[in-house]
Amino acid sequence: MKDAEAKSIIPDSKISPLGYPTNLLEPGQTYESVNRTIAEIPLRLSAPKSWWIGAIIAFLLLMMFLFAIAWLFIKGIGVWGVNIPVAWGFAIVNFVWWVGIAHAGTFISAILLLLFQHWRTAINRFTEAMTLFAVSCAGLMPLLHLGRPWVFYWLFPYPETMGVWPQFRSPLVWDVFAVGTYFTVSLLFWYLGLVPDLATVRDRAPRLWQKKIYGIFALGWRNSAAHWQRHQIAYLLLAGLATPLVLSVHSVVSLDFAVAIVPGWHSTIFPPYFVAGAIYSGFAMSLNIIIPVRKVYHLEHLITPRYLNNMANIMLVNGMIVAYGYFIEAFMAYYSGDIFERYMMFNRAFGPYGWIFWSLMLCNVLVPQTLWSARIRRNPLTLFIVALFINIGMWIERFVIVVTSLNRDFTPSAWAMFFPTRWDWMILFGSVGLFLTLLFLFVRLVPMISISETRELVAEPQRANVP
Amino acid sequence: MKEKYGLMAEFSTHEELVHAAEKAYEHGFRNMDGYAPFPVEGLAEALGKKTRLPLLVLIGGIIGGLGAYFMEWDANVISYPINIGGRPLNSWPAFIPITFELTVLGASLTAFFFSLGLSGLPKPYHPVFNVPQFERASQDRFFLCIETRDRLFRGDETRDFLLSLNPLTISEVDK
Repeated sequence: MKDAEAKSIIPDSKISPLGYPTNLLEPGQTYESVNRTIAEIPLRLSAPKSWWIGAIIAFLLLMMFLFAIAWLFIKGIGVWGVNIPVAWGFAIVNFVWWVGIAHAGTFISAILLLLFQHWRTAINRFTEAMTLFAVSCAGLMPLLHLGRPWVFYWLFPYPETMGVWPQFRSPLVWDVFAVGTYFTVSLLFWYLGLVPDLATVRDRAPRLWQKKIYGIFALGWRNSAAHWQRHQIAYLLLAGLATPLVLSVHSVVSLDFAVAIVPGWHSTIFPPYFVAGAIYSGFAMSLNIIIPVRKVYHLEHLITPRYLNNMANIMLVNGMIVAYGYFIEAFMAYYSGDIFERYMMFNRAFGPYGWIFWSLMLCNVLVPQTLWSARIRRNPLTLFIVALFINIGMWIERFVIVVTSLNRDFTPSAWAMFFPTRWDWMILFGSVGLFLTLLFLFVRLVPMISISETRELVAEPQRANVP
Repeated sequence: MKEKYGLMAEFSTHEELVHAAEKAYEHGFRNMDGYAPFPVEGLAEALGKKTRLPLLVLIGGIIGGLGAYFMEWDANVISYPINIGGRPLNSWPAFIPITFELTVLGASLTAFFFSLGLSGLPKPYHPVFNVPQFERASQDRFFLCIETRDRLFRGDETRDFLLSLNPLTISEVDK
């Protein structure tokens, strides 16, 4: 009989030629240390003070959201600033923003899995949860924007007494299916990955009621080789399916605009440009969540600087693609020779909303250039600030696309400005409250890092330390 | 005497478990299973486990896609035809996005429900949970269980075979 403790020997961290530490796991991690660090957070009966402060703020924002929704349902969408010609306002801006944020989760969990990028291990659970919650916020927005939200189910094809069917040639109907599928697939993917970890939490639970609750959700998972085989195949296939799905979802969202003839919307660059922007804002939001959580829960030895650095790199690349999109939009407006397109671009930059356009350039093009510096990428605080700029910038981008295109289109006599009301702002910040409340509950109740995948890194240390 | 489900050997590393599984398969055991806290590469193959899941997922995807196109065609051509800008009623390019989305949905639902369903989950009770140290299968230990229903299973002989694999412990699994 042999020594009981299986230890993993992880070599000391190497420094890559680009100047960042390469290890995905701090040296000296064992199965037990990984299990304990991650599984103890949901099993503990108390939460850190900063969790309570954050959760209470998020909950109050959620209450404000419910209040704003109630008022909206009582009064109708006249309480918002939307009117003709700017009939799409904050709700659509928020919708596109939230769907975009969701995309990083799928990118990290599916595309990086297919590309054998092991630096997804410690962050995939997190970002998948972020995807779910962001899609929930996004899905609410068009529903709130319906004049009669209580008949939202008319969007679905079902045989009803009126004999009317949805119009499947419309991108707005495509949206229903794209976002619905996206939410469902993200949920399945997330839960399938979670089942083995819930079993770990079940087996470590010191109290019977905790064992029972986690046991129910673990579905009786017993780590059998045959189960793991099916689990891995299903997980890989779901990743393969989610990869084209994530590209299709924001493409469909962009077609809501691109299919219309409004100057500033009617553009073929929209699908790729929207997808790049989506991943851009998603990574920014992931960093904005991961950096504080990593600090509060002392997870620095699992979410090493390598992760932050790689995420910053992806953000930089996507930022460049987005900047290219801005440039091509302006160039095509000029090159088309169309006076409406040309005026739209001029109005965007120098019209009444010009200052918003230039703050967009600041947030999304200028500030992210600081990520070329390794020192900024490796410092969590500066990275957090840059990510915050990008998040705000991406919200502004959607505002610029939606509002500045609509407010001055073909007929000057129909031009008008859009001004958000307090209810618009309450819906925006309220949805942030919904997102954060769900996220705080997730961090508290569910193992927030994939324990089984981190154990794989412990078992095969060479994977944890690739340049 | 209580009825037994099988004999379970405990190992401390995944290499030992794969080695043991290969040996057991070579010895002729078929009704057995390995338990590990993470998907060990090659373990299921060493135990001779196979699965038809990929084929089912393909079928699920095809049903989803065909169903979606049929739904759109039936709604916009048969049940509720509207002429929009003179476009053909069966305007297939506009039907592709939803066909694609529902293909993905059909395949994903199949992958999820069949991966769990073929494994017999959810299943709250299973004999292996009767072994006290089995709690560590989800944490840091590796187990190989040879079941009594295997045609080569002979109480003490099987125990001697498992002992030859040099495990940490051997336990009888109550049914």
